[in-house]
Amino acid sequence: MNWQNAIITRIETLSPRVKSFFFRRPEPFSFRPGQHVLLRLTAPDGYRAQRSYSIASAPGLGTAEELELAIERFDDGEVSPFMHDVAQVEDEIEIGGPIGGHFNWSPEDGGPVLFIGGGSGVAPFMSMLRHRAAIVSQVPVVLVFSARLREDLLFFDELSKLAASGDGFSLMVALTREAGAHPFRAGRIDTEFIAGIVGAMKMPVRQVMICGSHPFVETAAEGTIAAGIDPAIIKTERYGATDVQAEVRRLAGALKR
Amino acid sequence: MVTRGFAGKAGNFDQSMRLPPGQHVVADFPVLTAGPTPRIKTEDWSFTLKDGIRPVKSWNWTEFNALPQTRMTRDIHCVTTWSKFDTAWEGVLVDDILGDAGIEPPTGFTFAHSYDGYTTNVPTADLVVGKAMVALRYEGKPIPPDHGGPSRLLVPHLYFWKSAKWINGLQFTQKDELGFWELRGYHRYGDPWREQRYTND
Ligand SMILES: Cc1cc2nc3c(=O)[nH]c(=O)nc-3n(C[C@H](O)[C@H](O)[C@H](O)COP(=O)(O)OP(=O)(O)OC[C@H]3O[C@@H](n4cnc5c(N)ncnc54)[C@H](O)[C@@H]3O)c2cc1C
Repeated sequence: MNWQNAIITRIETLSPRVKSFFFRRPEPFSFRPGQHVLLRLTAPDGYRAQRSYSIASAPGLGTAEELELAIERFDDGEVSPFMHDVAQVEDEIEIGGPIGGHFNWSPEDGGPVLFIGGGSGVAPFMSMLRHRAAIVSQVPVVLVFSARLREDLLFFDELSKLAASGDGFSLMVALTREAGAHPFRAGRIDTEFIAGIVGAMKMPVRQVMICGSHPFVETAAEGTIAAGIDPAIIKTERYGATDVQAEVRRLAGALKR
Repeated sequence: MVTRGFAGKAGNFDQSMRLPPGQHVVADFPVLTAGPTPRIKTEDWSFTLKDGIRPVKSWNWTEFNALPQTRMTRDIHCVTTWSKFDTAWEGVLVDDILGDAGIEPPTGFTFAHSYDGYTTNVPTADLVVGKAMVALRYEGKPIPPDHGGPSRLLVPHLYFWKSAKWINGLQFTQKDELGFWELRGYHRYGDPWREQRYTND
């Protein structure tokens, strides 16, 4: 692994739970959209914690561009609360990578493609879409973005602009905890919703990519397969471990509402 | 480099003797999968042992369950830095699969094949003498599909992607070929104690 001390140049709040961190890399590297890097934190006694984060920025034309990581805060976590609460502009953070040779897509790979992102799982798609826009590609792409509330829609203005440009990219939003936020769909993405999107595509979908927490990816993948998509064209990236207890609590909470 | 202001989360030091470098303990179960979860019915399940391209023996679910069943409780370590202690598995030791097929390992390299088309490479020496099994049960119950059920390889002393989910065969190969994740940036061998996570580690 190639490690380097990257410098935080900017921190932006994207939503109540997600901040983007921009890094300047002393040794720039090129990467493919969809790849991730490792952040490694070291305590004075040598204890280390390391986590993976998808690169949200585009590879760029040069290699000097800042690297953007969109990090969601998990209150009981180790690395994400540190990044949100302690890390500041000018701090040095160790970065390793880039890694990941599977969950990648560039316009050269062709389309139409369907991206399905849940919450911070939209990050790798930002890299792909930014790259697609930068090279003025017209490969058809649909992004289905699922978030809890409107305020959790990361990069929404940028995505809306991209979708309005008429270059073959369209955006569909589903809000799981907010009803009546027209024109967004209320509720989870399900088979019917995916079948509708796939049916409206002019050509058969060539690749489906799903990214988010493990339960989100499971549900979206099930829905996609039930909508008649060949499992062999579905790629997934899963962010969290399955915490069965937490999932049960979460579902129970959602039912009470 | 020491990170300014980072002390580590309390509790993540405790088990350090048991915890490989760069890992932390979780109560959850790590999931690293390249695609959707395949649903395989045990009626349709089969397992094939191959020497190169030559099939040596195949078992259906009933036959495979009739092989000697062994229990193994082990710590598992996911390359994304999660570790989980004392996971309890039950299944058929690779030794017992070879025994039932009546062969000695013909080569030093093995490829594990899965239902979803994924593969991983493991040196044969890491699969035999009680080191590895094809697991059929987790914590006394059938393995859930998203954790690799009905059957997954269990090679607990290597990073957990080596423990191929939805396994349907082992194949001996002449040379050390690279599997799915190994071709995509993960380490050829994957020893957690030597932190062999990525290709050049
Ligand atoms: C390839 C890859 C790319 C990733 N990219 C991103 C990214 O771009 N942005 C991002 O915010 N995260 C991303 N993650 C997740 C990230 O690596 C960490 O797991 C996350 O930041 C939590 O780390 P932590 O140290 O704060 O929490 P930990 O101390 O590791 O865990 C604390 C608790 O939070 C739970 N938890 C952790 N992650 C999730 C999750 N996603 N959903 C639900 N519960 C969870 C754990 O189960 C645990 O109970 C990615 C993960 C992988 C494997």
